[in-house]
Amino acid sequence: MNIVVGHLYPGYLNIYADRGNMAVLGRRAALRGHELDVRSVGIGDPLDPDAYDLVYIGGGQDREQALVAPDLVEKSEAVHAAHASGAALLAVCGGYQLLGRGYRGRDGSVMPGVRLFPHETVAGSARMIGDVLLECELEPGEKHQLAGFENHVGRTILDHGAPPLGRVLFGFGNDGESGFEGCRIGRAIGTYLHGPLLPRNPWLADWLLAQAIAHASGSAPRPLDPLPDELEEEAFRVAADRARKRGGRR
Amino acid sequence: MGLRLGIETLAARGLGALSRAAGRGGGTTLPGKLLWKLDPGSVDALAARLSKGSALVSATNGKTTTTAMAARILGDGSRLAWNQSGANLLSGIASELMSARRAELGLFEVDEGAFPEAAARMRPRVVALSNLFRDQLDRYGELELVAERWRAAVGALSGETMLVVNADDPVVASLADGRRHALRFGLDDPRHARPTLQHAADSKYCIRCGAPYEYAAAYVGHLGDYRCPACDHARPPLDLAAREVELRGLLGSRFRIDAPDGAVDIELGLPGLYNVYNATAAASLSLALGASLSDVQTGLKAFSAAFGRFERIPTGGKTIVVLLVKNPAGANEVLRTLETGVPPVLVLALNDAIADGQDVSWIWDVDFEPILEHAGRVVVSGDRAAELGLRMLYGGLSEDRLEVEPALERALDRGLELVEAGTELVVLPTYTAMLALREILSARGLVRPYWEGERP
Repeated sequence: MNIVVGHLYPGYLNIYADRGNMAVLGRRAALRGHELDVRSVGIGDPLDPDAYDLVYIGGGQDREQALVAPDLVEKSEAVHAAHASGAALLAVCGGYQLLGRGYRGRDGSVMPGVRLFPHETVAGSARMIGDVLLECELEPGEKHQLAGFENHVGRTILDHGAPPLGRVLFGFGNDGESGFEGCRIGRAIGTYLHGPLLPRNPWLADWLLAQAIAHASGSAPRPLDPLPDELEEEAFRVAADRARKRGGRR
Repeated sequence: MGLRLGIETLAARGLGALSRAAGRGGGTTLPGKLLWKLDPGSVDALAARLSKGSALVSATNGKTTTTAMAARILGDGSRLAWNQSGANLLSGIASELMSARRAELGLFEVDEGAFPEAAARMRPRVVALSNLFRDQLDRYGELELVAERWRAAVGALSGETMLVVNADDPVVASLADGRRHALRFGLDDPRHARPTLQHAADSKYCIRCGAPYEYAAAYVGHLGDYRCPACDHARPPLDLAAREVELRGLLGSRFRIDAPDGAVDIELGLPGLYNVYNATAAASLSLALGASLSDVQTGLKAFSAAFGRFERIPTGGKTIVVLLVKNPAGANEVLRTLETGVPPVLVLALNDAIADGQDVSWIWDVDFEPILEHAGRVVVSGDRAAELGLRMLYGGLSEDRLEVEPALERALDRGLELVEAGTELVVLPTYTAMLALREILSARGLVRPYWEGERP
């Protein structure tokens, strides 16, 4: 199966090694006999809502984020349409913020967002930096942990009742207070976790691939064949241990 | 020196000797930490005693090497206070100021975050700023924040301070805009340009208008000969330029430095274009402090690498080559020096202590791929060995060529076992892994501990 990925603004939003996430999706797809076809979508490029099985948007520094934000807002309709049609989506850090309603700076200025995720981000005073460990339940009854690293000054507040990606076991999470991290709407996932996220959390990589394959084939998502993943598990174990020891401290 | 300062420094110095006697490493910053705690103003007073003033060097990459090169160039003409061990926070500088009692000239590398306070307290004669790359974002926050703090610190410098900047870095070069006393250095040899900007290039958008720069030549990361097609912001003319660069793999390089008062041929025993930048920065700094071109030539020729950055250590008929890696831009340049002859065995060691950066995502920004195609065997080690192993596997290294050995000593011995007699084992450690590696080698009598390092 050919899985088409739309990678938004890779030249601007790549601060925390987002290409690591792409490498993981590509290799894990290939090991199951699928091919990942990653296409860059830059400033001014049209975003065809029907063209992609998975949309990816990474994080950037404030300056780069401000440079792409107006263009992304113009692509709002296409992002919503792609999501509505069942395409999977992963947004990390800055990309996660930009897909909410907006970002309110400390000077009160508001940078409008795409309004896909029901949240708003406000600039905080202290950066939230460190290892994070989450517990997620994307499918009923299937609990998994995610280990990553966060580094953000924005505090993201989910609307009441909006589903987070997971509960924070160790670390700050969306806002350092609510105990929530990220957001999950159908096949769309937003999170502050980088590290990059997918290498040491292969179950999430496979979940995303399963959603993307379902979109590409027009069938219901089916779990992928398991891979050995011993090294992935070891990397997860060390990262989770870091979060237990030093996550969520200023 | 006031009476109080005298007593404080005496007590603090005693503490350093005590720390060494107790076998707790070099005690390089312990006395300084104490003094710094007791009386931060003491740094101002101690610095003011230096009859020839002081110079500060800061950058993401190359500050230790650049400062050591300048020390080699200037060390024959002046008695130096120089933080050779790399203790580059205010406490480390305080320690060095205390122990170098007869020094005339201060030569200090300064941590990027500590630079503003060091500059305010020490009133340096010369400041050299070389580059800003993404590095330890978990510690410094975003690169823009560091740049903003530097801008404010440079604005507060005396008008008499000579500012040496790398013209090839758009953000750093702009710090010298409008300054009366400034030296701009850079590279000028398009034969060594990268065909495209590297994945992790940082300041690639115009600092004035945000449009992507066009590069006539991109040398290291985003460093190069840039011009904005929209607003014409461009690399300023170079006061000092490295030209006719000949790279000789791990052996070193030859090049010419064109300076305002003439040209000089340089022979350098350190590999890579990044060390050409370091040497050109050191030359600019030294000239600003009164050295002659011939001092520069002699000093650089006699220079051997700064502590742990690049070392060749013979052992049992084999040679261990250690090259420090700590962030994407630096690691890419180190790997580039290996590209011409990819070694059959590589040992990579990744730690995640504060000094390494707790966030290890940077390894995914490093362009390992060209090396992985050719490497026969890669041994990954350190506290985050598994993470590094994943980087190798997902970067295309086949599983049968990867070995994971978190214990550094075992990884080193495994590497030595894998290379043939008469050949080299290349080891690439992060900072604390490098310190641990040196400890292992020092216990085997192969290197000396860093606090006993030679002075020029």
